[in-house]
Amino acid sequence: MFDDLSLAALAVVFGMSGISYVTKAGGFWLLNRVDPSDTTRDALDALPGGVLIAFLSVRLLNGGPPEWGAALVVVAIVRQTDSVLLAMASGVGVVVILRGGIGTLA
Amino acid sequence: MSREIAETQSATDESDRSVPSGFEGDLSFSFAGIRAGFVTCLPIAFGVGAYGIAFGVLAREAGLSLPTAIAMSATVLAGAAQFVAVGVWDRSIPVGTVLVTTLIVNLRYLLLGASLRKWFTRLSARRAYGSLFFLTDESWALTVEDLRSGSGRGAFLLGSGLAIWVCWVTATAVGAVAGGMISNPDVYGLDFVLPSIFLALSVGFWDGRETLAPWMVAAIVAVTTSVFVPGQWYILAGGLAASLTEVRGGVR
Repeated sequence: MFDDLSLAALAVVFGMSGISYVTKAGGFWLLNRVDPSDTTRDALDALPGGVLIAFLSVRLLNGGPPEWGAALVVVAIVRQTDSVLLAMASGVGVVVILRGGIGTLA
Repeated sequence: MSREIAETQSATDESDRSVPSGFEGDLSFSFAGIRAGFVTCLPIAFGVGAYGIAFGVLAREAGLSLPTAIAMSATVLAGAAQFVAVGVWDRSIPVGTVLVTTLIVNLRYLLLGASLRKWFTRLSARRAYGSLFFLTDESWALTVEDLRSGSGRGAFLLGSGLAIWVCWVTATAVGAVAGGMISNPDVYGLDFVLPSIFLALSVGFWDGRETLAPWMVAAIVAVTTSVFVPGQWYILAGGLAASLTEVRGGVR
């Protein structure tokens, strides 16, 4: 079970842990002393969405019609139901169906 | 997720003004507080567990060993950052990208942690900084709600965070074991799990028309960077571009 355990991978994981803890505790520590400006808040708030869009734009551009169709379904379902898990399951289902359909046509 | 962040803002703002007078007493830090947090958070923690299974499967698919995947969930405890990390993970690990994206995706925790200062400054440093390890979007949201109600339960974050931790780590192990048994993940569409989760999460981050410009800039910068710069740096470039666009738009 432990044969593919790599120390390098674990070191990266612990690097991630350290960074995550610094962000979790650092806000309490730092912003206790300095009040963040509205600009700083806006800049921090925009980061996670930007990272997701950056990942998605490249991933979807390199995909094909099955991925694009499934992506639309995911967005539609999460907007309707607010359920990330349901949207994810539907997206995966649609991508499998569309890939199969296109495979049969080709 | 963005709704919770929006609530952060209002909770932070309001907590400065609308804390009832006479609430400046000591916070307790008791087993009862831990228990209250744990029980309140448990239903949400089960929901988090469902993502944990998906994370475990994806982590194995990305090449993480079972112990590495479990260690990541147990010590990082930050869903979005972990999903992005396995998204860029490779046989030769892009260490710089993984660590810097972790930082970027988690920077929002600065604000969540800061919003607890009203209460946590009244705890001992050991208790405050120990509890902050268990800060997640979910445990934070419940804790702010509880503390603002005047419960005085300083251990609520620890308790709710522990509920998340137990479910997240267990589910990661389950998903990683299951994922290790799947030989051809693309057939089941598993390669589309991560894009689906990201798409659904990004809908939550959508904040009306003003989000359009930062996201378009993020997409253009990311695609351009991916063409010219090898590796996964386009993710950082896109994220930072969105942030800069947002700030410039706000200044105008």
